[in-house]
Amino acid sequence: MNVFDIVGPIMIGPSSSHTAGAARIGKMAALLMKEPIAKAEILLHGSFAKTYRGHGTDKALVGGILKMNPWDTRIRESLALARQRGMEVIFKTGEIENAHPNTARITLTGIHGQTAELTGSSVGGGNIVVTEIDGMEVYFTGQNPTLIVLHQDIPGVIAQVTTFVSKQRANICNFRLNRKEKGGLAIMSIEMDNPFAESLLSQIETLPYIIHTILLRVE
Amino acid sequence: MKLQYKSVEELVEAAIRSGKKISEIVLCEQAESLDKSEVEVYETMAASFQVMKRSVVEGMDENLRSASGLSGGAAAKMRKAVEEGRNHFGSLFGSAMSMALAVSEYNSCMGQIVAAPTAGSCGILPAALISVMTEKQIPERDIVMSLFTAAGVGMVIAKNASISGAEGGCQAECGSASAMAACALTEVLGGTPHMVCTSCAIALKNILGLVCDPVAGLVEVPCIKRNAMGVANAFTACELACAGITSAIPTEEVILAMKRIGDQMSSTLKETAEGGLAATPTGCRLCRQIFG
Repeated sequence: MNVFDIVGPIMIGPSSSHTAGAARIGKMAALLMKEPIAKAEILLHGSFAKTYRGHGTDKALVGGILKMNPWDTRIRESLALARQRGMEVIFKTGEIENAHPNTARITLTGIHGQTAELTGSSVGGGNIVVTEIDGMEVYFTGQNPTLIVLHQDIPGVIAQVTTFVSKQRANICNFRLNRKEKGGLAIMSIEMDNPFAESLLSQIETLPYIIHTILLRVE
Repeated sequence: MKLQYKSVEELVEAAIRSGKKISEIVLCEQAESLDKSEVEVYETMAASFQVMKRSVVEGMDENLRSASGLSGGAAAKMRKAVEEGRNHFGSLFGSAMSMALAVSEYNSCMGQIVAAPTAGSCGILPAALISVMTEKQIPERDIVMSLFTAAGVGMVIAKNASISGAEGGCQAECGSASAMAACALTEVLGGTPHMVCTSCAIALKNILGLVCDPVAGLVEVPCIKRNAMGVANAFTACELACAGITSAIPTEEVILAMKRIGDQMSSTLKETAEGGLAATPTGCRLCRQIFG
């Protein structure tokens, strides 16, 4: 947390939790996609579910999915912009287990069939926490460059990835690992203090047992 | 410079030790931890202050209306009353009220604002500071610096309690904003670091228990007028603290009381639009009118 999380962000109203945070969650989900988005399904939980229409949470989430930042004045027209781009948007309300009151689960489908799912919570003042990607538990705020590594749960994989990161002189400030089962699919979320070049991702993907990498950053 | 932002007292002690203002030690520490120069960090804050000033101007438009139709035009009315000399408590108080309404109404109309600490409470800090800056002809640089004091205190509140209405009710949003504004004002008007700390306690104590009960779930009723109240409360806390009045309950205990009250508050009173004013017959009728 720094002073600009408290006096800030500069954003489009009316609610830091319901518009700025929502836009950031939407953008995080969009960053998982490598192809244009054809369809966005959005499940809203808690206060998000109860008040999303009034707060413009729908417009902010869709603005984020269109990669707008929270201060982008086009957020007001995001639903129309999505329609213009041929993106189908579906809103649902429901319960997400053990979730913060302001939580959304976004499922995106690309024009060539890629899918991605992200669950994020808006925790106050426009700050967010991403808690799930593609059904696997993660935990990061997106305030720092965050490396998401999908891999096989094999001994030594973490060491080779973190060694690679340290060779880039990047300092890791938060690390989480979650796996579906022993030896199965696992996901690392690595938050770093320093900028991390997107071009390095392909090098990580050449390491053994690495399936997929993504670099996320709020703005 | 090392600061943990664990307590307001920590900021006070660090300021006294170094013979500086709280704003100066916060700026210095933030520059270090963000790995930037003090000038860069100051300029980022100054840019936010420009957005604040713009939102005051834009929000004064008498034709401004929110999508729901619930709000807009109140700032223009208040401003007119001040300009015509019809308001009762002087031009500083009147213009501060109009500015709080302006920024808050602009926010409801999906305008660009600075969350301080949140969007629902975004009118309090700019109204308190810009009205005093104008009335007392304080250099803009001093006002921008005082935002670091406000932010430093806000970080302490966020760490020990909450700045989210969904977690802590309106006391966490307008209460925190009001305390931040009181601290900034107290410093910029010449108060000591101890007085800054006291003004935080007084502002928070006055607003403890305030629930978040937005009609139809919108950041409009009662949020906009509560921003005006938040400025008045900041003025009260600043006046009392600068007169040398102290708080019987220490600031850190007040902050923890706010946290506990927030935890004990029913979820119907924490931004869900299920209780309080939102659940009144008129609140329910307005909700039906807006959403059908």
